[in-house]
Amino acid sequence: MSTPGETAGETVESAREMLPDNSFLIQYPHVSRVVRSLFLTAFVAFGIGAFMGVLQALHRTGIARIVESADYYTFLTLHGVLLAIVFTIFFLAGVFTWANTRSLDRPPVSKRFTWFWVVTMSAGTAMAGIAMLAGLLPSIDISADVLFTFYAPLQAHPIFYIGLAVFVIGTWLAGIDWFRQFLAWRREHPDERIPLQSFMVLTTMIMWFIATLGVAVEVVVFLIPWSLGIMPAPNPLLTRTLFWFFGHPIVYFWLMPAYLLWYTVLPKIAGGRLFSDPLARVVFVLFLLLSTPVGIHHQYLDPGIAEGFKFIAMTNTMFLLLPSLLTAFTVVASIEHGARQRGGTGYFGWLKALPWRDPAFTGMALAGLMFAAGGFSGMVNAGMNINYLVHNTLWVPGHFHLTVGTAVALSFMAGAYWLVPRITGRKLYSRPIGLFQVVLWFVGMVFMSAAMHRGGLAGIPRRTAEPQYPQVAFETVAGSVGSLRLQLAFGGVLLFVSALLFLMNVGLTAMNNKPARGLDSALPPALSGPEQSPTVLDNLKLWALIAVVLVILAYSLPLYSIVQGAGLYPAGQEASPAVIAPLLEVIA
Amino acid sequence: MHVHNYEKLWLGASLLLIVGFISTIVYGAAGAGITMVNDEGGQVNPKELGNTSGFDDPGVTKVGPNEYEVHIVALQFAFQPGTVELPANSTVTFYVTSRDVVHGFEVAGTNANTMVIPGEVSQITVEFDEPGEYGIVCHEYCGAGHHSMAAELIVREPSNFTMQDDTQTPTSGNETTNATATPTGGESA
Repeated sequence: MSTPGETAGETVESAREMLPDNSFLIQYPHVSRVVRSLFLTAFVAFGIGAFMGVLQALHRTGIARIVESADYYTFLTLHGVLLAIVFTIFFLAGVFTWANTRSLDRPPVSKRFTWFWVVTMSAGTAMAGIAMLAGLLPSIDISADVLFTFYAPLQAHPIFYIGLAVFVIGTWLAGIDWFRQFLAWRREHPDERIPLQSFMVLTTMIMWFIATLGVAVEVVVFLIPWSLGIMPAPNPLLTRTLFWFFGHPIVYFWLMPAYLLWYTVLPKIAGGRLFSDPLARVVFVLFLLLSTPVGIHHQYLDPGIAEGFKFIAMTNTMFLLLPSLLTAFTVVASIEHGARQRGGTGYFGWLKALPWRDPAFTGMALAGLMFAAGGFSGMVNAGMNINYLVHNTLWVPGHFHLTVGTAVALSFMAGAYWLVPRITGRKLYSRPIGLFQVVLWFVGMVFMSAAMHRGGLAGIPRRTAEPQYPQVAFETVAGSVGSLRLQLAFGGVLLFVSALLFLMNVGLTAMNNKPARGLDSALPPALSGPEQSPTVLDNLKLWALIAVVLVILAYSLPLYSIVQGAGLYPAGQEASPAVIAPLLEVIA
Repeated sequence: MHVHNYEKLWLGASLLLIVGFISTIVYGAAGAGITMVNDEGGQVNPKELGNTSGFDDPGVTKVGPNEYEVHIVALQFAFQPGTVELPANSTVTFYVTSRDVVHGFEVAGTNANTMVIPGEVSQITVEFDEPGEYGIVCHEYCGAGHHSMAAELIVREPSNFTMQDDTQTPTSGNETTNATATPTGGESA
């Protein structure tokens, strides 16, 4: 980002006038502010969540037990919720606000409405955060030690569930904001193709509207009334199923902003152009259609669900591999095109011509590479009967630290190195630190994730403060359990150092007085443009309708049979930790 | 719609890979006979397990020449019984349920693995071919003492095995074998 001719005494204010007229910050100062505030929340959550992560890595391996094992689960809840919900979704909201505005070339319709959803999401986060943190203080009778999945009849304080509901409503309002922005654009451009980035934002949000219905029903209809003592405990299998109705598509909600960056930003950084705009649209449509009717694959080992329903979920899941394989092709082809524009030649020689010194490029490239590994370890989980061997073992967090923990998180960090200067006008504090940091993340994750996968094959369970039992001797395929523990903890420490370097680099960028240069916000057009794809791809109503039909087909029978089995409120279910008797039982 | 030739090739190869993956699962189900935990176990009232046949006295029951049933109750933070003894070369059906919250049941290092949900009974049938000692762990977070929840499973030579509670009342025959437990390491004693 440095260009010759930069003078030492230049300030951001004086340099702002020198920013090109088409730079995002000059065109949309207010939207830039919104994105900055969303990123701030995302990065604060990232810092706290990463700290919880290193505590766990050291604790469960027995290397350093700083907290009580009973409190481990409070830290684990914070780790999961802060990283998988707050960091990812606030960052997504920032990227989508930027991308929708940039590609439609118009701001959101109402500033007040935009701030309203930002505040709603933040308020929900604060409520759930208070409930989780209070679990560390025995003097306060509030806790939410229920982990990211909050399976009933484990119970959290009502403020946790209410906070989640408020947060989800905030994301819905954000989606409505982006749709209103699109519709305003549509009125002025009735016959144009939807700009690619906006298309990605809109399809992702339709998927999210459908997916969050599951968790909304779970939380609002069952968990909130139950935790308030108004209704009895719900059917645990039903609430689990509603959770996973939402719990799988959220994976793609994390991933889609990373894909958006890979498809639209990465080719530009690599010096080239997107290979195929039509294929990019096909990929996002496939994710919209297939993300939700697969959630039961998280419940392969649940009793009370017939094998046939699991088989259907398995088949859908395998086909969900298709859009990711198509992405691998398009992204690599786009990068190769960039490398050849930069003078690269040969079958593989072009790889040398890529901008490896740019942390934004290298971070995203390494993230993509690791996603390939994560995709294949995910295929083992998805393989219904092979999954018996790894279900709920350390293999599973090993898998998703490759996907959400690297493909997503590392792409976000790399994306931030590119995007933060564009929304602040400030030069990236240090490219070398950035480069070191993204490589360190990759190396740390290789150690930690490999150890987790191998530990999982030995049967070591996940989500456990002390996976050392007098009754159990875990047998690894190669190497000792002790060496796996060291490897896991070492990787975890590297990841934490990398996270700190990232936060420091971004924090110093936000305070950097050197102006950013060359912030042209235009993205190069695709080699195969949208005009080469049928217009039906842009028919969002049609795809939304098909997605809803697929969800009904995949879920109506399983949900019906679960409710037929034990009912909505089966007898004998009791909250844990024990609370006051439900009001209805007291009356009865 | 214009699709580049290399893209078509890649698309074809991708679809082939996906169909290949699905075939391995179908083979596992139809060829190797691995069936999924399903809804056959039925429902129970978690507060009435003391009055529920099988769970009122959890443990091993012989139901056929080489066939056994094991009823297990998972609770915060233990399995009942804490030790299960079985003979090698037997077919064993586990019935596992929970008295309180969601738990997990995993014979470490094998594919005998299921979720345990209060109100539902998980039914899995496995074969133990070789003698050995196995650990059983709870693999789903179930509260502050989750990490202490484990049990042991001892598979003895048939000649060394005697039933503790020899109530020879065959209930129903075992139709399916849905998992084969084999030791991963050399821990068979």
